[in-house]
Amino acid sequence: MFAAENGLRGDPRLEAISEAIRVVPHFPKQGIMFQDITTLLLDPKAFKDTVDIFVDRYRDMDISVVAGVEARGFMFGPSIALAIGAKFVPLSKPRKLPGKVISEAYELEYGTDCLEMHIGAVQPGERALVIDDLIATGGTFSAAIRLLGTVQA
Amino acid sequence: MSAYRVQDPRIHGIKTKIRVVPNFPKPGIMFQDITTLLLDPKAFKDTIDLFVERYKGKNISVVAGIEARGFIFGPPIALAIGAKFVPLRKPKKLPGEVIFEEYTLEYGKDRLEMHVGAVEPGERALVVDDLIATGGTLCAAMNLLERVGAEVVECACVIELPDLQGRKRLSGKPLYVLVEYH
Repeated sequence: MFAAENGLRGDPRLEAISEAIRVVPHFPKQGIMFQDITTLLLDPKAFKDTVDIFVDRYRDMDISVVAGVEARGFMFGPSIALAIGAKFVPLSKPRKLPGKVISEAYELEYGTDCLEMHIGAVQPGERALVIDDLIATGGTFSAAIRLLGTVQA
Repeated sequence: MSAYRVQDPRIHGIKTKIRVVPNFPKPGIMFQDITTLLLDPKAFKDTIDLFVERYKGKNISVVAGIEARGFIFGPPIALAIGAKFVPLRKPKKLPGEVIFEEYTLEYGKDRLEMHVGAVEPGERALVVDDLIATGGTLCAAMNLLERVGAEVVECACVIELPDLQGRKRLSGKPLYVLVEYH
């Protein structure tokens, strides 16, 4: 499906990556089939392949910032950043980052939450990636994109 | 760590990239902010390289990282040495069956959780976090790994606050750090 659209059709690494992800039913609540990537992290080859696929895609795109969404984005983002020579910028829940921050609110199913980024971490004109383990409704990603947009990345 | 140890030339660059933020999260605390280190690709790479050089080829099959800043340093180390990465998390974040270890905070308690089955008996493990202060969290992490029969080879942190004597809480387990702040 997605693999074909992203030019990954037939990439032999994808099947093992997909199989390494565990589905946990009814977490965090009834009806949700939770995609657990911790089992992927237990397979060094599949984990390395995951990072390599992203690195192969992004290494020559002049990207200087990899922004990772707390906390599972922290598990993937830094390795990608290191391999492509970019800085890693954590996007955190409120009150975790110690310095001055900008924040963006986003909607949850019930209520809102907030994503924060350190002021000065990203400069105008920088080319950035946003990384997380999963995209569902896109609320968190949309907040991340707005944060980077605020500093003109 | 001997006072006469010759310092690797990369250490100075790493230390200067760590930002100290006064009075966070509360008055009197000088917070060691590693996010500025992550903004310098060379210094971040040097940090990881120093750990990888130490642990590669030592038959370590598990790198356990403590939420959340341990998630930033642990996976790159794990990938480079061919080990699995195991996240140790705050309560109710891990979706599968977990075991937990309680530890005391200045006021109250917290707990650290690990997935059942992530680590097998006899595996050799590292525990990674950005910083060791009192050692409470690292001690809980070590206990989790030992309870499932793993051998904790070493605890690895970027920063140590030696005045808080966290080293003493590690029951004699070795601790390796890159920089100290007094």
